[in-house]
Amino acid sequence: MAISNMTHNPGDERLERVPDFGRAPSGSDEEMRLANIWRSEPGWRGWLSTVDHKTIGLRYLVTAFVFLLIGGIEALIIRAQLALPDQTLLAPEQYNQLFTMHGITMIFLYALPILSGFSNYLWPLLLGSRDMAFPRLNALSYWIFLFAGIFMYMSFPLGLAPNAGWFNYVPISGPIYNTGPNIDVFALGMVLLGISTTAGSVNFVVTLFRMRAPGMTINKVPILVWGTLAASVANLVTIPAVSLAFFLLWMDRQLGTQFFDVANGGKPLLWQHLFWIFGHPWVYAIVLPAMGIVSDALPTFCRRPLVGYAAVALATMATMLIGFVVWMHHMFATGLPTVSLSLFGAASMAISIPSAVAVFAWIATIWVGRPVFKTPFLFFAGFVILFVIGGLSGVMVAAISLNWQLNETYFVVAHLHYVLLGINVFPVIGGIYYWFPKFTGRMMNEKLGKWNFWVMFIGFNMGFFPMHIAGLLGMPRRIYTYSSRMGWDSVNLITSIGSFILAIGILIFLINVIISLKRGEKANSNPWDAATLEWSMSSPPPPYNFAVIPAVASRHPLWEDRLEEGIRRSNLAEGYLLMKGHETLGTSPIDAKPLVIFKMPGDSYTPFFVGLFVSLLFLGLLLHWWSFTGLMAVASCITLIIWMWPQKTLKQRTESGTTYPFQGDSK
Amino acid sequence: MNSFDHHFLPVGSVGKLSAGWWGVLALIVTEGALFGYLLFVYFYLAAQTDEHWPPEGLPSLIVPTINTVILLVSSAFVWASERCIRLRQIRWSIGIMTLAIIFGICFVMIQLMEWGNKIYGLTSNLYGSLYFTITGFHLCHVIVGIVVLMLLLIWLSLGYFDDKRHAAVTIGGVYWHFVDAVWLFVFTTLYLSPYL
Repeated sequence: MAISNMTHNPGDERLERVPDFGRAPSGSDEEMRLANIWRSEPGWRGWLSTVDHKTIGLRYLVTAFVFLLIGGIEALIIRAQLALPDQTLLAPEQYNQLFTMHGITMIFLYALPILSGFSNYLWPLLLGSRDMAFPRLNALSYWIFLFAGIFMYMSFPLGLAPNAGWFNYVPISGPIYNTGPNIDVFALGMVLLGISTTAGSVNFVVTLFRMRAPGMTINKVPILVWGTLAASVANLVTIPAVSLAFFLLWMDRQLGTQFFDVANGGKPLLWQHLFWIFGHPWVYAIVLPAMGIVSDALPTFCRRPLVGYAAVALATMATMLIGFVVWMHHMFATGLPTVSLSLFGAASMAISIPSAVAVFAWIATIWVGRPVFKTPFLFFAGFVILFVIGGLSGVMVAAISLNWQLNETYFVVAHLHYVLLGINVFPVIGGIYYWFPKFTGRMMNEKLGKWNFWVMFIGFNMGFFPMHIAGLLGMPRRIYTYSSRMGWDSVNLITSIGSFILAIGILIFLINVIISLKRGEKANSNPWDAATLEWSMSSPPPPYNFAVIPAVASRHPLWEDRLEEGIRRSNLAEGYLLMKGHETLGTSPIDAKPLVIFKMPGDSYTPFFVGLFVSLLFLGLLLHWWSFTGLMAVASCITLIIWMWPQKTLKQRTESGTTYPFQGDSK
Repeated sequence: MNSFDHHFLPVGSVGKLSAGWWGVLALIVTEGALFGYLLFVYFYLAAQTDEHWPPEGLPSLIVPTINTVILLVSSAFVWASERCIRLRQIRWSIGIMTLAIIFGICFVMIQLMEWGNKIYGLTSNLYGSLYFTITGFHLCHVIVGIVVLMLLLIWLSLGYFDDKRHAAVTIGGVYWHFVDAVWLFVFTTLYLSPYL
């Protein structure tokens, strides 16, 4: 980019310099200095103000996992109600709230945040950087996620939780049929969560294009990075649709606008369009990074690089692109014109092609590799099987005639659970087994891990496969009970038993985490003998990540010697030192040439307070405390101004005394 | 090794090399999408309505057109102000930025007047809901933009920026240009499209 502009005036070291080059082995003076610069303050201060991407990543993981457990418990209560016909464990309204909160929790509060956790923790380590592009924004995005999650659960204990399903169709969610605060909590909570997701997505996109180690050209980044990039781009383009939809709905409900009001010319289908324009890309946003986890971690256990890297990377982006034009397949039964149905049906079938590319790449990797049957491998291989089943039922419901038959039945429920649990939960659990040593410095127990996998895998298939049959037998989704004359008794009983077995599998996982945290075998820097950069540093990584910014020459920096691809070798021991404050390297977007030395912000309280004030602002809207809302808006603005105030340490301001140092040097 | 060219590298937040520049571009993408969806909502509902559209008949174009010009002039001032920093004319830069803010505030005042002249409100009919929501979203963005410009003015006056370091002006400036460019789409949709 601007390399040609870098005419240098050997004058001000503070404005431009040749970065020092050298080594900083563990224990050296340089390394100690770095550790000092990047350390967070101990105690509650550091806890509230930290912007370390590793801490934020772990917080995302833990918080999202707690939501998984909450959503799981809701599912178990639902399954207990449905285990036998004519049960009265739950009243219809309670059932509505439970299945709605189950969907909201799993789709919005677990599925993407858990992947953001992995990506936040891993990206800088995978890319060879010391931090994300916007560390404070990263902290903000976590805090708002946390507050939005609490916000959406606020009315649950009062028995007033959202109750119109997670896609919340009008008119059932409109002001006439839903008079309580139930839907308002959901609507405002979703707008709030949208802020968090958008902030996170901006951060990922900019980080990928600016923060890679020199030499890591765009065709060398790990697939997890491609997956999260695709998800983030999709989020940037489609989150506004859902935030707008929920905001308009809230205005309809609370201010009396008429967007969805049929009596006055509003259109309920407008809601479905806006929701699914977002909703379908979101489905890919919550699976593509998880598929990336598998594409990066599975090869480690096959002892060879991924087969067809370029094909998988392109397939990831292609899935996302086609994913923008399939939303109407959620609306096949709404009376849309046949032309739209045909086009969207065709696109929905076409999207199975890039998915199949990825599947064949994984199968080929296992086929030509030498698989090592450790726990993560089992989860990843299991994922491939579940992906194929979920994908096949997906192609089935993409066919319009079959879709009309299966619409709103348990077949759809089976399909979406195969897709979402199969492609999200299994890679996530496998990913935690895989990176646990990096996160904590300890290995997870292998024996419990195997039990964990098999119990989960059997429970999952026993729980969800019969749902296909229930759907084919005509059982509609979202009914709170059924009569035994319908012939759905045995499938439902099997499903319920399976769901509890699946839950036991998750319980084994939790026990394994707790035991391994305390007594797990100590892990060295690269316990799986893996190929990517995150395994080149100690476990857990030091606060500065990389003592020297490495130079990367291939996709497998740690396997270069044995693969003997090409002659260039990555250099991890020697590189740019960059230790005059929080510094890391900014590189060019495509070919990763060094362009600039970034000054990164240190720990700061502003993200926490911005998050808090913005969340309270939404609380004010919910409760119609208008002056409180205004006050919180002002408080957020002031905090943001403090945040944005140009700082000398970040070189956002001119240096005093150097206002006009280079007369005659203008461009 | 090629990757370790020993160049001079700029340090810190430098113009379009800064992370903030890329961040604001991403923000513009997502905000642009938001306005895209707002206009989608308008056209989706307008295409299916049985109501008189717009309710007051074809909108008068004089005031909105003048207002559009005011906003565009303000954008030009922000561009000129940044240019002056690069040419090390900080005083000029401060003066021009002040003008940009004044023009921005004029836009807001005229827009509020325009609101006052409408015979319908946010809740009186579907068109009113659309009109006030879309222009309201835009007006909020203008107000945020004016606050940003005011901050830039304060920082300029405090002598924070020179020709070497003024990324904040580049970043804040492009946001203002975006807000103005979006107005052209809103204007075309709400004021010009009914004439088609």
